[in-house]
Amino acid sequence: MTAKLVLEHLYLVFLSVLFSTAVGLPLGIFAYLYPPARKTVLWASELLQTVPALAMLGMIMLLFGAGKTTVVIGLVLYSLLPIVHNTFLGLESIGHGIKEAARGMGLSKWDRLFSIELPLAFPMVFTGIRIATVTSVGVAVFATSVGGGGLGSIINQGIRTQNMRLILFGTGTLMAMAVLFDGGMALIEKKLNRHSA
Amino acid sequence: MSFWELYGNKLLVAVGVHFLYVFASVASGFVVALTLGILLSRVPGIAKVALPLISVFQTIPGVVFIGILFLYMGMVPATAIIALAIYAVFPILKNTYAGLLSVDSSLLEAARGCGMSKIQSLFEVELPLAMPSIIGGLRMSTVYTVSWAVLASMIGLGGLGEFIYIGIATNNNALIVAGAIPAGIMAISLSLAIDFVKRRITRQGREVSLK
Repeated sequence: MTAKLVLEHLYLVFLSVLFSTAVGLPLGIFAYLYPPARKTVLWASELLQTVPALAMLGMIMLLFGAGKTTVVIGLVLYSLLPIVHNTFLGLESIGHGIKEAARGMGLSKWDRLFSIELPLAFPMVFTGIRIATVTSVGVAVFATSVGGGGLGSIINQGIRTQNMRLILFGTGTLMAMAVLFDGGMALIEKKLNRHSA
Repeated sequence: MSFWELYGNKLLVAVGVHFLYVFASVASGFVVALTLGILLSRVPGIAKVALPLISVFQTIPGVVFIGILFLYMGMVPATAIIALAIYAVFPILKNTYAGLLSVDSSLLEAARGCGMSKIQSLFEVELPLAMPSIIGGLRMSTVYTVSWAVLASMIGLGGLGEFIYIGIATNNNALIVAGAIPAGIMAISLSLAIDFVKRRITRQGREVSLK
């Protein structure tokens, strides 16, 4: 039963990071390419994170019912901020010289984006994905309140039945998960940075 | 009866209680974090071990802090405030430490050359220069705490979470929204207010350095 909850938790985190990358990356690129929309996009992703997680999940539950769909949508909205911001910052911080050289070589806007700018920005984007992953591990604790399962159900059960061992077990697993993701992805990040340096 | 007539007063009380939780816990967290951050910045050797440990602790979800404290202290407001304050410490502590360490060493030497003592250099040079970073941490903590304070109602301590929990449990849309929107507004307005203070302080800093 415990293994199932751990897997469920991982499944929720994995799906939501996947989707929020799929949504956040284009949004970050859009903010970079289209300055008039920049403020709105960055501000909106920041706004989403100020809504309490439980409230966000509750409101999404009204639309999609209790279950995993609700949790994943909530987590996606919640983890957009680091991905959108880092994509934008990564693209924005590329040296002018490089951008001009690419233009001077006669590369089109899209060629520049896909073969020069995005590869250079990728380490920064990856940092955003790492932050989003670690945040999702923590926020997914609320999944259980809207019928999504995961490790939160162990913790909640522990609190309800005043069972310290259960609480500590759930928390320990959760912390291990967060630390492993953080450390593992930080290692990859280091490699990426060495490559691009 | 309209929603407002039914729940208006309760909602206002909940907003007030929620704000008090946030204020009390962020204020006490700020004092602790600032002190610890300054102490750690004096002993970078210890900080190198302590900071990673602290970020591991930060992965503990707020539910657990509140849950465990609840088992020991029971259903009193202090339970929620202490749990939230512990959580609020981390971002401020990290930013205080990082801000203090990022002060240019030539400025520290200049301060020493002017005959400033270590304490003077800390209060008149390092802390003012680190202030934007410290306030950035304060802002992050405040926004998080507004969000985590929802959990106070999990152990029956009121606040806006009460609306959200009851709404989720009874499938009542209006109650969830009534809890969520004020919490969102509170987070955004506090964050804007702190940004405003930050801008004023950094501007002052620049003026001082021009003299």
